[in-house]
Amino acid sequence: MNRALAARWLPWVAGALLLVIVPVLFQQGFVRQLFAVCAVMIVFTLSYNLLLGTTGMLSFGHAVYSGFGAYATIHALNWIGRSHVPLPVTALPLLGGCGGLLAGLLLGFVSTRRSGTAFAMITLGLSELVGACWLMFPKFFGGEGGISGNRTVGAPLFGLPGWNLGSDLQIDYVVGAWCFACIVAVRALLGTPLGRIANAVRDNPERAEFIGYSARQVRWFMLLASSFFAGISGALAALNFEIVSAENVGAVRSGEVLLATFIGGIGYFHGPILGAIVFVFFSVALSQWTKAWQLYLGLFFVVLVLRAPGGLAAVIERALAQVRDGSVLRRARLLCALGACAVLALSGLIVLVEMTYQRTLEASGGYLVRVFWTDIDTRQAAAWVLPALLLIGGALAYGWLRRQDTAANAPIAVLTAAER
Amino acid sequence: MNAELALISALNGASYGLLLFMLSAGLTLIFSMMGVLNFAHASFYMLGAYCGYQISQWVGFWPGLLLSPLIVGIFGAAVERYGLRALHTRGPVAELLFTFGLSYVIVEVVQVLWGRPPVPYRLPPELDGSLFTVYTVDFPRARGFVMLVAGVILGALALMLRYSRVGMIIQAALTHAKTVETLGHDVPRIHMLVFGGGSALAGLAGAVGGALTVTEPNMGATIGAILFVVIVVGGMGSLAGAFLASLAIGELDAFAKVIDRSPADLAAALGARLDPSNPLYGLWSLTLSQAAPVLPFLLLVVVLLVRPRGLLGKREDR
Repeated sequence: MNRALAARWLPWVAGALLLVIVPVLFQQGFVRQLFAVCAVMIVFTLSYNLLLGTTGMLSFGHAVYSGFGAYATIHALNWIGRSHVPLPVTALPLLGGCGGLLAGLLLGFVSTRRSGTAFAMITLGLSELVGACWLMFPKFFGGEGGISGNRTVGAPLFGLPGWNLGSDLQIDYVVGAWCFACIVAVRALLGTPLGRIANAVRDNPERAEFIGYSARQVRWFMLLASSFFAGISGALAALNFEIVSAENVGAVRSGEVLLATFIGGIGYFHGPILGAIVFVFFSVALSQWTKAWQLYLGLFFVVLVLRAPGGLAAVIERALAQVRDGSVLRRARLLCALGACAVLALSGLIVLVEMTYQRTLEASGGYLVRVFWTDIDTRQAAAWVLPALLLIGGALAYGWLRRQDTAANAPIAVLTAAER
Repeated sequence: MNAELALISALNGASYGLLLFMLSAGLTLIFSMMGVLNFAHASFYMLGAYCGYQISQWVGFWPGLLLSPLIVGIFGAAVERYGLRALHTRGPVAELLFTFGLSYVIVEVVQVLWGRPPVPYRLPPELDGSLFTVYTVDFPRARGFVMLVAGVILGALALMLRYSRVGMIIQAALTHAKTVETLGHDVPRIHMLVFGGGSALAGLAGAVGGALTVTEPNMGATIGAILFVVIVVGGMGSLAGAFLASLAIGELDAFAKVIDRSPADLAAALGARLDPSNPLYGLWSLTLSQAAPVLPFLLLVVVLLVRPRGLLGKREDR
């Protein structure tokens, strides 16, 4: 009993502790930059998974809601600055959430009339609609440069002097606290009758209607909840960066949240959290090493869709299960061989991509490209043949090994796995 | 607006609409047969444009026009065979996600190979100049060429679907896949064929459309959003609906671009003057030509409110 209780509460306590400790531990450098971005992304992906994972609605326009939240926040910030009303800026994400909710009320009424593929196409169209409005209403959207604000204008928190979000540490804590509150709120929402019936609508809308629920209404309510949390994440981003531009509502951002959520795993509550962290790592860390990071991200996503539809969360769970039942030891040789083949093929691919990149987009930078701590001359034929052989050989060997291993061919998780 | 401008606009709209239909026809055929909405269809369009450009650099425009649909078609068939087929049992969301990821990768690969700025892909000089002149307004030869290509290909496709043996098997597989399979036809192969054919159409549209407009990595995303509007407005899975919606959006776009009037002008003509200090003045003084990029999406909203299943859509999915 005690053990079960501990297992239940441990992740929450650990998460809260992490949110408290990390900003103090890393006062500068890499982690410091990433902390708030990660927290914002976690709220965003969780809100997205309320649609995709919980209700089975694939949206290509989720950034519209977070963008409206961000714009509501930045306009409110500027209004506070102009009128000197002593309002606490810390509470502004609530307003941002309402901004997202308003967008959800309007757009969701249209989009939730359909489901499945049609819903996805409609969200894409609506996102383009909002994206095109950006040029037409420069006053609200701020035109090319966007709108910037100042988060230190409002009343200090708890009336304490200096607690006005001026320092990085303060904004980290505020964003972290909001992030934790949102995680708790989303978890609670999933346990309500609405959250459960949303699962029913995802799995079998017809039967959900037979027991007396309107599938359309459930979809709309879930979209409202999702747009509220998306609005909060937009507001947090606005507070963190103090600038909001058309990027915040754009199709690129909508695509990013879809990638991040799916990579983490849509069938698990902690999947989107994991996905947000991995995605931020991809977009910030990887983009410092290579300019082709979006290509790697896209390929990673495609491979996940094909081979591991449960996302990273499912992969980790399966690996843990294999460690626990000891099958990892029995298959150790095979797994090592598979890993080696994958590493070979991947490194071949990476070298090829980087060399191509050097020849086309970076052509002004000369013929030499630095990959894996070595300089490669892209004019030599041998420099192209070797990685190509690595890629083809590695991929063929990997495929052959997989066919030998019947156990590994079992599907990792079904897309609509019940949430844990 | 006078009569000759209206005529020219109608022709411009028809040529754009036919280009859209070349894309939406393949997409619709694929969707109604396999239930897969190919998100990467617009990326195939872009790929067709870039293939056409590369071949036109090496050999010339006309070989490019022939070869790029072939290349894109083979690529599409390979995508179906080695990607989508395995996902078929996992439902439409997985397939949509796969093609979404694919479109992401294709854009990146194109950027790596050809760079981010537009490439100078042009129609050959024999297509420059005007085809005919209505009073003072020219109708460019290039647009006539687009209409010709689209008309010939789509006409041939319609005849093929209606009268040839392959076409009849495809039609039968649309509605009675199990029966067709029992009769000894390889339905997965038909799927691959249709997917490849639809991709080839997209490639052809790209080879023409890219030369007519701009060939850049973003062109797929731009036309893609409009393409999906066409599909939803026409009614998903309805070929005739896609045709209607393509033409409607083409004409809407062409006419909106030449009407330089705003609701405020209309109000002024009716005697009601709008005060510039009105908070909604920005909205009311927006001219129709400025609002042209939004109109397809507004049409989508209106159609969804009035007729959620689209113009000629049959099934209502839940």
